[in-house]
Amino acid sequence: MKTLMLGNAAVARGLYEAGCRFVSSYPGTPSTEITEQAAGYDEIYCEWAPNEKVALESALGAAIAGARSFCAMKHVGLNVAADPLFTSAYTGVNAALVVAVADDPGMHSSQNEQDSRHYAMAAKLPMLEPSDSEECRDFAVLANELSERFDTPVLLRTATRVAHSQSLLETHERRDVPLKPYEKNPAKYVMSPGNAIPRHADVEKRLAELAAYSETAEINRAELRSREIGFVASGVCYQYVREAFPEASVFKIGMSYPLPIQAIARFAAQVDKLIVVEELDPVFETALRAAGIRVSGGKNLFGLLGELSQSKILQAMGASAPAGKVFGEALPQRPPVMCAGCPHRGLFAVLSRMKLTVLGDIGCYTLGAAKPLAALDTTVCMGASISALHGFTTVRPEEAGKTVAVIGDSTFMHSGITGVVNVAYNKGISTILVLDNAITGMTGHQQNPTTGLTLKNQPTPPIRIEKVLEGIGIRRVRVVDPNDMAALEQALREELAVAEPSVIISRRPCALLKYVKHKPALIVDSARCRGCKQCMRLGCPAIRFEDHKAIIDSTQCVGCGLCAQTCGFGAIGEGKA
Amino acid sequence: MKTQSIMIVGVGGQGTLLASKVLGAAMIAQGYDVKVSEVHGMSQRGGSVVTYVRYGEKVHSPIVDIGQADYLLAFEPLEAARYLPHLSCEGTLVTNTHQTMPMPVITGAMKYPENIVEKLSERAKVIAVDALKIAQQAGSPKAVNTVLLGVLASIMDIPEQVWQDALTQHVPPKFLELNRLAFHLGKTYKEERQ
Repeated sequence: MKTLMLGNAAVARGLYEAGCRFVSSYPGTPSTEITEQAAGYDEIYCEWAPNEKVALESALGAAIAGARSFCAMKHVGLNVAADPLFTSAYTGVNAALVVAVADDPGMHSSQNEQDSRHYAMAAKLPMLEPSDSEECRDFAVLANELSERFDTPVLLRTATRVAHSQSLLETHERRDVPLKPYEKNPAKYVMSPGNAIPRHADVEKRLAELAAYSETAEINRAELRSREIGFVASGVCYQYVREAFPEASVFKIGMSYPLPIQAIARFAAQVDKLIVVEELDPVFETALRAAGIRVSGGKNLFGLLGELSQSKILQAMGASAPAGKVFGEALPQRPPVMCAGCPHRGLFAVLSRMKLTVLGDIGCYTLGAAKPLAALDTTVCMGASISALHGFTTVRPEEAGKTVAVIGDSTFMHSGITGVVNVAYNKGISTILVLDNAITGMTGHQQNPTTGLTLKNQPTPPIRIEKVLEGIGIRRVRVVDPNDMAALEQALREELAVAEPSVIISRRPCALLKYVKHKPALIVDSARCRGCKQCMRLGCPAIRFEDHKAIIDSTQCVGCGLCAQTCGFGAIGEGKA
Repeated sequence: MKTQSIMIVGVGGQGTLLASKVLGAAMIAQGYDVKVSEVHGMSQRGGSVVTYVRYGEKVHSPIVDIGQADYLLAFEPLEAARYLPHLSCEGTLVTNTHQTMPMPVITGAMKYPENIVEKLSERAKVIAVDALKIAQQAGSPKAVNTVLLGVLASIMDIPEQVWQDALTQHVPPKFLELNRLAFHLGKTYKEERQ
């Protein structure tokens, strides 16, 4: 019987069926569910690592030790893991190592839309690219086989529309793959120059063998139909092309690197026009042109930005696409917002009120940039808040008293600690806020080293942020409840005033955590409400303004009390029992 | 059969996920190829959410493009207006009439469109229903999703038993009776003409 399965769940299923034994990842949309689903299989050891570099190194170690291993991350996570990635191409593997990278064209949940196919080329690693859930499973299994056959890590690239789409597949049984023996082999695994120089030659030789494999691989196939147009596409673009031009010929790329150049050249010779359809960068187009294949259309038609779709492809090809109805009025946007009761809200309200310069980071608290709080000045990448603050205040010491960094608990563990080390070591004077909400929030509540639970929900000693900071040598560390806005503001004033590094841990668990007990909804006494809109500046989804008065939506309010703290007229309070 | 497209739109947290699961299960039971697609992550935090359900002999693209939706199931009228362009010329919009204010309206930066359901009705074939009221009749405001699913089911040619099996498959046993009632009230709902 066929099952409807999420692309990410299908990758996990493929790992299970292929006999994978070890998974280490860091969560990142749209890759997170692969590891969460893999954790559901008792046969696979699964963990959240503090960051992608650690995850990949752990998986590499497990593969060298002889277990089929896996690591998943989002596209920007691969930047973090790039160091081990490049050199793992030199060491090769023992048992299989598969690295899944999920791109996010259109940036549904990301800070950039980099194209991970460049990494395959740059690191000289094979890359497979599934186009639906069945292929997610099949390619995960194939990646394991190729990894061992060619002694190389294999990249498995998905994108949002594959990772987060469900389609049908038939599941198979798990193949039991025993541990491979480990033998000491410094020439292969110790990448000092003397060993790495001959290994580079091995990498190039392997790449040539992979290119030869790609020419005959079943996952690269020419589908010949009408000869008028021949499309070249991989991943979800293949699906868009099939829908937009069902009669056209398509060369479906399953292995994005190395490309089956000769097979594509033969396909090109059989069609009148060759059109390359790919999201983001002209990776295939450039390779085909460089090989002397005549490409009639590519990026000139489809552009470099965002996602494609069946209609976009039709329109770019000069064909008509279905037209839609128009509502005909400018509509208010509905951006994501901090939840009612979110512990970040009080913090950002205080930062906004104090008009501080705030260097931000990656997490739910990136929403602090949105109006009406509008508190953030920068957001770049995981961990950048603390490091950037050090640079900022070093060249503008006069700003140190009104500039802070904000970083979440999981992001602090990911790559915030090294930033604090830099501040401490180089005598910085930064004031850092660690927003400890006791969970990795934005990616959907994953455990992390500070929470006391593993991915498989086993208790483990939580790493205490205070102790980490103490160990680094930060003398001024204090913990504040962000829902006590007056106390938080006082703490900020004191810490900003001192010319030494200080950290305020703003600690309150995420309001969506099941164990968090909420208070009854608050109500507005409309007789006392003056309509001053101070409470509206919190950007709480539970408060709205009607007939010159604030109203609290009792179905959304969780009684956090921030609005009552901001009200200068005592108009907000607990409802009558 | 030409691939059919259903688009479910709403506000993060409204339970659109259950509706897409039940629809997917119903279409598989009918022997169709099925794809269900949505975006997770940032968009969940009270933002506008979109789920695509497509079914037919062979479904290629997982997404529903402009002018392609045979059915647009809107959990909130502003979201119905936002995604109206995705409805095909012959398509039907099923919308909840209960409004949820987005942040730019809450802060007063923008106004929620006036007479939004009437305007939608002027532009498309619309079935508008106060799903919150019916869900409360069924026993819980959270059953808005199954009420709307019931309304959609009333205009789709799928046997009742298929829906019931799909509900059983995806609704936790504890809430099954409630959701069956909500689905029934939605399916037998007679539109009050505006």
